[in-house]
Order: sequence, then C-alpha cells, then structure tokens
Amino acid sequence: MSARKIRVMVAKPGLDGHDRGARILARCFRDAGFEVIYTGCHQTPEQVVAAAIQEDVDLVGLSCLSGAHRVLFPRVVDLLREKNASDITVIGGGIIPEQDFQMLYDAGIKAIFTPGASLDSIVDWIRTNIQGRD
Amino acid sequence: METTKKICAGDVRSASRLIRDLEDKLPQARPRLKQLFPHTGKSFIIGITGAPGAGKSTLTDALISEFRKQKRTVGVLAVDPTSPFSGGAILGDRVRMLRHAEDEGVFIRSLATRGALGGLSQAAGDAIHVMEAMGKDVVIVETVGIGQQELDIIHHAHSVIVVLVPGMGDEIQTMKAGIMEIADVFAINKADRPGAKQLQTELASLLNTSALPPSAWRAPVVSIGNLYEPAGFAEQTAELAQKISEHHAHLLISGQLALRMERKALMEITDALKACILEPVLNKLIASGELKNITQRVKNREADPYTEAETIARRFLKSGEIS
Ligand code: B12
Ligand SMILES: Nc1nc2c(ncn2[C@@H]2O[C@H](COP(=O)(O)OP(=O)(O)OP(=O)(O)O)[C@@H](O)[C@H]2O)c(=O)[nH]1
Ligand SMILES: [Mg+2]
Repeated sequence: MSARKIRVMVAKPGLDGHDRGARILARCFRDAGFEVIYTGCHQTPEQVVAAAIQEDVDLVGLSCLSGAHRVLFPRVVDLLREKNASDITVIGGGIIPEQDFQMLYDAGIKAIFTPGASLDSIVDWIRTNIQGRD
Repeated sequence: METTKKICAGDVRSASRLIRDLEDKLPQARPRLKQLFPHTGKSFIIGITGAPGAGKSTLTDALISEFRKQKRTVGVLAVDPTSPFSGGAILGDRVRMLRHAEDEGVFIRSLATRGALGGLSQAAGDAIHVMEAMGKDVVIVETVGIGQQELDIIHHAHSVIVVLVPGMGDEIQTMKAGIMEIADVFAINKADRPGAKQLQTELASLLNTSALPPSAWRAPVVSIGNLYEPAGFAEQTAELAQKISEHHAHLLISGQLALRMERKALMEITDALKACILEPVLNKLIASGELKNITQRVKNREADPYTEAETIARRFLKSGEIS
C-alpha cells in the first residue's frame, strides 16, 4: 500500500545564529521528497524535543556552529529518552572538531556532518537509515 | 482500543502517530478513527486563511495565548504546501509559535498539502477529529497561503478568519467573490503599513452597503498593527479573540452551529464515499493496467469517458468487488 513519507526536523539549539546551513539543509531535504519541520534558531533542547514529538518526526537534525554541541546534542538525546521517544534518530552537523565525534556517538548521536559534507551524502544517510520505521 | 484510550487521555505521541498514519493512508488508521469518532464534535474549530505571508501563523500564535489565558486547551493544525516536483515540503508555520512548544495545553501539528488543492490537506478533517478526541477546547486550522479559490476551510471550521494585508494592489481586487464571502471575522494585519486606512475604509463601506447575509451576522473587522509594538499588538489580538468568541456565541444562539455541523457531516460522508468507492476502484484499475488502456482509448477517441465510467461503475458496484 502507501509507503511512509519521511518526516524530519531541522533545529538549531542554543544561541547560535548561523542558520545558513540549516536553511540549505531544509531545502535540500524538501527536494529529496521529505517533509521538513523547520523551527529556526534559538531553541532550548526542551523545545526541540517537544516539537519533535508533536510532529512525529523520524529524525531530528541538529545544527550547531557555535561550539555548544558538546552540551546541547546529548541533552536532546537524553530528553527524548525521558519522553519515551528514543526511536527518533538524532544526527548533527556544523563546526564540530573531530576529537568530539566519539563523545557525541557515545551520547547517542547517530551521525555527524561537518563543513564540506555533500548534501547528497546526508540525504543518502537518511534514506539508508530511516526507511522502514513504522 | 489501547490507542483510542491513550488519545482520549490526551497522549501526544499516540495522537501525532495516528495523524501520521492517516496522512500516509496506512490500513490500521481507519479503524482507529472509527473508534475515536464518538469522542469528537465537541471542540470549537477556527479556520485562519489569507494570502501567503499575510500573518496567519503570527496571529495563530497570538490567539493561542489568548485562549490559554482563558484556560482553554488548544490544538493547532498548520498546513503548508507540498512541492509538486519533489513531493517534499518545508513546514515552517511552527517557527512563529515556538513560545508555546512546551505548554502541555497546546498541541501543534504541521501538515503538508500532499497535492490537495483546496488550501488544506486530505487528512486535515481527520486530524481535526484526532485533536477533538484529545479533548482540545479549541482547534485552530491555518490554511496554506491562498488566492481566491482554495476555500475548503469553510467545510471544516465553525468560524473562519480571513487575514488581509494592505498593499495588495487595487484594493477593490480583494472584494471579489470567494475569500471575501467566507469570512466570519476579518483581520487587517500589518495595519501599520501604508494603505491600511484605505483598505479598512473600503472594506467597511463594502460590508455596510451589502445586504445583511441570511446568517444575520455581519463580519466585524479588526485592525492589527505592528507586531513589534507588543502592547498595542496584544490589545488588538485580544480584540480579535473577542470577536471570534462573539461569533461562536452567535452560532450557538442562532442555531447556526447545528447547521454548520450538518453541512460538515454531509461533506464528511461525501469524502468518505470517495475514499471507499472511488479510490479503491482507481487503485484496482491502476494495478491491473486497465486505466492506462482506457486512457489511451479515450485519447484516441475510440471511446468516450462517460461510457467507460458507466461500464466500470456497473462492473464494480454489482460484483461487490469494492472494499
Ligand atoms: C557565514 C558565517 C557567519 C555569518 C552567518 C550568517 C547566517 N545567517 O548563517 C555571520 C556573519 C552572521 C557570522 C557571525 C558570527 N560568526 Co560566523 N561564520 C560564518 C562562516 C564563514 C560560514 C558558515 C556558513 O554559513 N557555512 C555554509 C553552510 C552551508 O555550511 P554549514 O553550516 O557548516 O553546514 C554544512 C555542514 O556543517 C553540515 N551541517 C551543518 N549543520 C548540520 C546539521 C545537520 C543535521 C546535518 C546533517 C549536517 C549539518 O552540512 C552543511 C553542508 O555541508 C563560518 C566559517 C566556516 N567556514 O564555517 C564562520 C564561523 C562559524 N563563525 C564563527 C564566529 C566566531 C562567529 C561570531 C561569533 C563572530 C563574532 N565574533 O561576532 C558571530 C556569531 C553569530 C551568531 N549570532 O551566532 C566561527 C565559530 C567558531 C567556533 N565554533 O569555535 C566560525 C567557524 C569562523 C571561525 N573560523 O572562527 N558568521
Ligand atoms: N509589520 C508587521 N509584520 C507582521 C505582522 N504580522 C506578521 N508579520 C510578519 O509577516 C511575515 C509573515 O508572517 P507569518 O505569520 O509567517 O505569515 P503566514 O500568513 O503564516 O505565512 P504563510 O504561512 O507562509 O502563508 C513575518 O515576517 C512576520 O514577522 C504585523 O502585524 N505587522
Ligand atoms: Mg504560516
């Protein structure tokens, strides 16, 4: 019958105002055929998680270029777990030094993309890892 | 059964999942909706419509605050367009409503049109029911930015708010049929902009010179100025909420609420017939490849569409093949 439409959310937690990348991603996801909830800048992890649950997204993509990812990204994963919503996948991107990758993976972030990552590679990752969730 | 209980208890996860199942037309969605139906029909449903960028989401955000002050719970369905090229969509109405994200009394859900042309999505009516079953006192439905024709909202909402903005060219343009006729309340938004006074005057004179409609309700006009002057903006949006409540009261007292609900029930049964008869027939014809052949025959003028449709109707209705 009908296949599920992939729903993703692109969010920018914290005080970081670099939204160019997030906007480009939102458009790229739309062009890939996904439904994208775009929530703009300056959100608390609590707001991100509440919105993700109300929108029933498959994936939350966090963008952070300010350096606060070490705190904000794990917080989002933790709050999702608290709300029994660990089935929602969390990935991230932005200015993230390589030495932080392992710490973020351990915290439950499933993939990380940094400047120069091709949009195709991001879409492919989502198609490979998200389809099939029911 | 489990899902029904959870949704009626207000569980957001179950509700948003069911809305998604309905959008994706999963087979398990319909039985669940049937179970929910007895619990629906008690919410007050407000439609907000108007041109793209008119300020529908911003006003929705302000109205949420007003209703929350009255301790009423609120559901919001915000519809944005699906790209006809990719089938994807950017759903951005929520950005204007972020301050309500964590309020447990507010449930905001974005919907993509997925090809529907009436300003809503096909699942919108069912999604309204899910929010009603959750016990939301008020459900606000924001349509996509519309022109003059996408008026499906009147079949779903009890009160329709039409948002107008100054500077859309010849103001009389806006007085045409369609969008102007469906308004129960007008909001002139961005009234801080040039041309607002003129729009206000023309609208007022148009409304005052036309005959009182059979509903005996003359749509009031509320001007809403600069969003960035919070004091004035709050006062004006409070007035908007007040006018909406007055319209609700009018619907109740005049007995027109019952009429509108009847109109809605008729629309729902019509839609359900399409979903139960037309859709499965089309699906079968597509799957068997017949639709392609018929299309070719009609294109080549070897057959006419009515004869073909009658043949199909006879076949499926008799055989009971539809299900
Ligand atoms: C443009 C820019 C700005 C613009 C932002 C405009 C805007 N609205 O976005 C302006 C001029 C406003 C600006 C301001 C500042 N900036 Co600036 N800025 C940049 C710059 C040059 C490019 C960023 C960009 O837009 N890239 C293009 C987009 C498409 O790339 P991207 O966002 O990285 O996204 C890609 C990947 O990272 C990944 N990705 C990103 N997010 C996500 C999310 C998901 C889910 C996924 C899957 C992938 C993904 O995918 C994208 C495609 O490959 C960077 C330097 C750099 N080379 O990155 C500095 C940079 C980010 N800025 C920096 C700084 C310090 C600032 C300021 C604090 C400067 C100041 N002192 O005032 C301010 C702060 C602004 C604020 N409010 O937060 C630093 C940050 C340092 C740090 N993190 O340690 C950088 C790294 C410059 C530097 N080398 O020092 N900045
Ligand atoms: N000056 C002024 N700007 C406003 C007012 N209300 C909204 N805006 C701005 O108008 C723009 C569009 O507002 P939205 O609320 O997103 O409009 P919308 O009708 O929901 O837009 P779509 O959903 O895209 O059709 C935003 O930049 C708002 O900040 C107002 O009263 N005055
Ligand atoms: Mg909007």
